[in-house]
Amino acid sequence: MPHIEVNNDFPGIRGLMAFRPETAEPLAALAEVLLRDNEGLTRGERELIATRVSYLNDCFYCHNSHGELACLYLDGDRELVDQVRKDYRHADISDKLKALLTIASKVQQSGKAVQPEDIAAAREAGATDKDIHDTVLIAAAFCLFNRYVDGLGATTPTDLSTYPPRARQVAERGYGSHIYSTAQPIR
Amino acid sequence: MAHIDLGNDLPGIRGPMAYCPETSKPLNELAEALLRDDNNTLSRGDRELIGTYVSYLNDCFFCQNVHGSLAQHYMECDMSYIDAIKANPAATVLSDKMKALLSIAGSVQKSGRSVTASQIEKARALGATDREIHDTVLIAAAFCMYNRYVDGLATWAPQDRQFYVDRAPRRAAEGYLDYDLHK
Repeated sequence: MPHIEVNNDFPGIRGLMAFRPETAEPLAALAEVLLRDNEGLTRGERELIATRVSYLNDCFYCHNSHGELACLYLDGDRELVDQVRKDYRHADISDKLKALLTIASKVQQSGKAVQPEDIAAAREAGATDKDIHDTVLIAAAFCLFNRYVDGLGATTPTDLSTYPPRARQVAERGYGSHIYSTAQPIR
Repeated sequence: MAHIDLGNDLPGIRGPMAYCPETSKPLNELAEALLRDDNNTLSRGDRELIGTYVSYLNDCFFCQNVHGSLAQHYMECDMSYIDAIKANPAATVLSDKMKALLSIAGSVQKSGRSVTASQIEKARALGATDREIHDTVLIAAAFCMYNRYVDGLATWAPQDRQFYVDRAPRRAAEGYLDYDLHK
């Protein structure tokens, strides 16, 4: 049960967005540009960063929602996604992504935790300034989304089979208002 | 020196905002809807105060001074009162409802999971509506983003606090949409 009466049955952040469309609109627009921009980082890399930060914030709804999206973009490699959550340093991903996940993990603690050597390591592994910018802002944004979901006790489906249909919906149609204004996909 | 080359020497969040207009647009739209839109039973001062308190807890110098100055402007008080609220809201003359909302915001700063049902019940018993509780949580969560964006990129911040106080009336008048980042 959410802490507030949201007057709808949508799961997770979708129920909160339907409750307050005025703030939902910029939140969805932010997710769209940060997670679906094809320039620089891939959609899969962006969703992996989101998954890792959500996992560190212990947000079940977000790390499973975005983990499923990452999985879709990575051709179904669920094991890899899980390793990025828990032990990305040993995952089969590029050194650049590892360095960016280090930055994201620091941002999760505090902006001030990011050190010049973290930035230098990412740059050395091939990250551009824009990659670093996007990583910091994706990590920061999930410190928002995760707190929004859990701070209001949003409804969190525990049945993991309900996550892939919503992930497919977002992969196909993006983070627009349809995610909190139309019937939730069940397959 | 910021961690990346922003291509400008603007202070605080204005640096990365000018660097990346695509993300700055929804970031500013969110701030306008949450902090400034007058279709809200929480005053602008109340909402800026929540942003200030969370920025203080996150130790973000730029944000706590920008938003503290705006709160001071709307509340028609001085910065020493804002500083007293930051240090210990419970010891001030704020309304009990605002104290309860700031307590929720303080929990959100730690983690969404830190918010307890009894904190929510208390706020509600003191007259807070569901929408006020919603907005409090989202403002607190949003500043956990803005603060990390500002400090995670190591942007610079003017150290003279009067700089922020002087700018507050204009920031209040212009709002968060369509203002000139370079002025």
